[in-house]
Amino acid sequence: MKRWLVWLIPLAAVPVLALLAYGFRVNPRDVPSPLVGRPAPAFRLEAYDGPPVALEALRGKVVVVNFWASWCYPACYEEAPALERGWGAYRDRDVVVVGVDIQDKREAGRKFIKDFRLSFPNAPDPAGKVSIDYGVYGVPETFFIDRAGRIRAKHVGAVTDEVFRARVEPLVAEK
Amino acid sequence: MTPELGQGGLLVALALALWGSAAAASGGRTGRGALVESAQHAAIGVFALVTGAFALLVVAFLRFDFSVRYVATNTNLGTPFWYRITGVWGALEGSIVLWAWMLSLYTLIVIARHRMRSRDLYPWVLSVMLAIMAFFLLVMTIAAPPFQRLAPVPADGRGLNPLLEDTGMITHPIALYLGFTGFTVPFAFAMAALITGRVSDAWLAATRRWTITAWYFLSLGLLIGGWWSYHVLGWGGYWAWDPVENAAFMPWLTGTAFLHSVMIQERRRMLKLWNIALVILTFSLTLFGTFLTRSGVIASVHAFTQGSIGIFFLTFLSLVVLVALGLLAFRWKDLEAQGQLDSVLSRESAFLLNNVLFVAAAFTVFFGTVFPLLAEAVRGTKVSVGAPFFNQVNIPLFLSLIFLMGIGPLIAWRRASPDNLRRNFLVPVVLGVAGAALFFFAGVRSALAVLCLALTVFVAATIGLDLVRATRSRARLGETVVPALGRLLLAHNRRYGGFIVHFGILIIAIGVTGSQAWSIQRETTLQRGETTELGGYRIRFDGLDARRESNHEAVLGTFTVTRGAGRAVTMQPAKKFYPQEQSPIAGVDYRLGLREDVYLVLGDFAQDGSHATIKVQVNRLVSWIWIGGAVLTLGAALALLPERRRATA
Repeated sequence: MKRWLVWLIPLAAVPVLALLAYGFRVNPRDVPSPLVGRPAPAFRLEAYDGPPVALEALRGKVVVVNFWASWCYPACYEEAPALERGWGAYRDRDVVVVGVDIQDKREAGRKFIKDFRLSFPNAPDPAGKVSIDYGVYGVPETFFIDRAGRIRAKHVGAVTDEVFRARVEPLVAEK
Repeated sequence: MTPELGQGGLLVALALALWGSAAAASGGRTGRGALVESAQHAAIGVFALVTGAFALLVVAFLRFDFSVRYVATNTNLGTPFWYRITGVWGALEGSIVLWAWMLSLYTLIVIARHRMRSRDLYPWVLSVMLAIMAFFLLVMTIAAPPFQRLAPVPADGRGLNPLLEDTGMITHPIALYLGFTGFTVPFAFAMAALITGRVSDAWLAATRRWTITAWYFLSLGLLIGGWWSYHVLGWGGYWAWDPVENAAFMPWLTGTAFLHSVMIQERRRMLKLWNIALVILTFSLTLFGTFLTRSGVIASVHAFTQGSIGIFFLTFLSLVVLVALGLLAFRWKDLEAQGQLDSVLSRESAFLLNNVLFVAAAFTVFFGTVFPLLAEAVRGTKVSVGAPFFNQVNIPLFLSLIFLMGIGPLIAWRRASPDNLRRNFLVPVVLGVAGAALFFFAGVRSALAVLCLALTVFVAATIGLDLVRATRSRARLGETVVPALGRLLLAHNRRYGGFIVHFGILIIAIGVTGSQAWSIQRETTLQRGETTELGGYRIRFDGLDARRESNHEAVLGTFTVTRGAGRAVTMQPAKKFYPQEQSPIAGVDYRLGLREDVYLVLGDFAQDGSHATIKVQVNRLVSWIWIGGAVLTLGAALALLPERRRATA
């Protein structure tokens, strides 16, 4: 074998490694939701505090439905302050954030709300019905619903300030 | 305070490992013993610190210290005592700690065993092992810190993944990781050989028992994984070609190839290059396996997306592959073969073919595993590769390997004479063909099953024939039979250890064949008191019970199972509801048997207990797989005994 040819051996590994690196750009869990573009399934839940939350009653507003649980680290812990900030910034512009606490113990859920000083409505989903209706696969998942009550986007994983703004802003602009 | 102590200890360990690696390398280059000695002290320090960190993590689990994120994620107040300990390695951070701890332990053993021997290679071996150790410590301090705090402190933890609450999960990761980390040692020796240019046989001789150890633990890990899958997951199978299973299987395939190809180098001075390449490949595949499991790049039931860890592993993997292959290219001239293949009908060529098949199997598994990525990169579509692909490609390869298992150990070196072939293979071939006819007339209609069973008979006959002949020739010298057999096994422990491992594999092959060909199942809904039948078993539904456990609630179905006029057995498959889980977890109930297992999985049920859906499986010959694993253990233990004399296998 020619001397320089042997160096092709290490080089041959490069495309394989590059392919693996490409893997970071894709998320195998990020499966497009068939619910996007469809009317959001209605629900009515007893909130932890305050009056019951009913999706029907929020028609005409932009609704952000966030599925979370107190045991979901770190994503739910990361996004809770972002959701609270988003709610604070947009509540005057017809935006409502609704938290749905799934598969959780009540006390643990209450402590989570207290620890993060969440002021938007939060409700447990004791029978798991709402999370099934929305096809929730894991927590956190967040659905963005437009004024007409249709699901316009689904976000898997922690919501950041940027995600919140980017998803909500266009929906607010629609009349 | 404890978490900071643990994290601080790991930082110090990282510094020590880096120093030790550099000192050992510099000692190897200059021949200054003091530097190597300092590296040894560093390795001992690393072991002590990692042991300490491991202990602190266990304590945090036992004390429910939910201020530690990892503890809060993997226990809750209801987690039973033992699972609080095994929960330590139930997820990413802790499993890295376990891995690092084993690696530091192996490093100590290398120091103890090789300090005085293999003088030229030793400093470099130590350097490579400490460098790898440093990588894992870096992961533990940056990408997956086990002691990271959680604020605010939750009232209760999330709890261990319920599927991991099983004895199989206590032992499976330990065995698997002992296998994975075990391959670090041959890799370090191979690297030392390439760095020093002493690529002759010293590194192979020094690593023989290390390789067998690593191979054995990897095999055990895979088998326990299969057992866990079988009796916990409730689908009645033991292997699904899931990416993470494949990740552990690939290094097993190349490691097995290596175990065989070293014999050619020892005997015939051939395949030097190939052996080093196989070690590099095997070690890289253990890293690739971890990358696959922990990066979230490929969807799998085992995989959990975890931040930056994937990038760490990929960077390290790239570094290892490129440096190792670069060194290989650099030493190319010294590695070129001295021996030559004399004939196609020879042990060399049988072993060569064995290697080609093993590597081909590893490649197809690799290809199938990363294909979804490739498809997405090239065509932007999401696809998944399932069991049919892997089965179709691998079954012919594995059948050929079983055939070679009969040929390889008995065919002559260099060139097999017609006489050698007749003497060793005539009887086994006749028995194999007779076996095929017998199975066919006994009603086995699947061609694949007949072929596999006939091959098994053939290989078993070659092993039996060899044992009978060797024992008889000893007996002729005046020994009585049983001690003669015992002494034979001990005198040629490596050869006969290998034979016993082969025998274990044959038993596993029978189990796989039987379970694939003859298992039956039925899913049906029964009213209370109603009976269903499958494979001669009568299963009556007697009602439902609820039970509250420390961390979940379970609904148990009670079924009375009878076979013919035999005694009635009560079986209680369950559905377990964990608050933190999306869907209920199956609690399988099963009765194992040599011929078949009865296996019940509870499906949907009426709240009032009036009816329930039940999946009944009669799984044939599955127990043979576990028995084969036990035989394999005996064989590996025999092969690991110190050699009494120069092996001739």
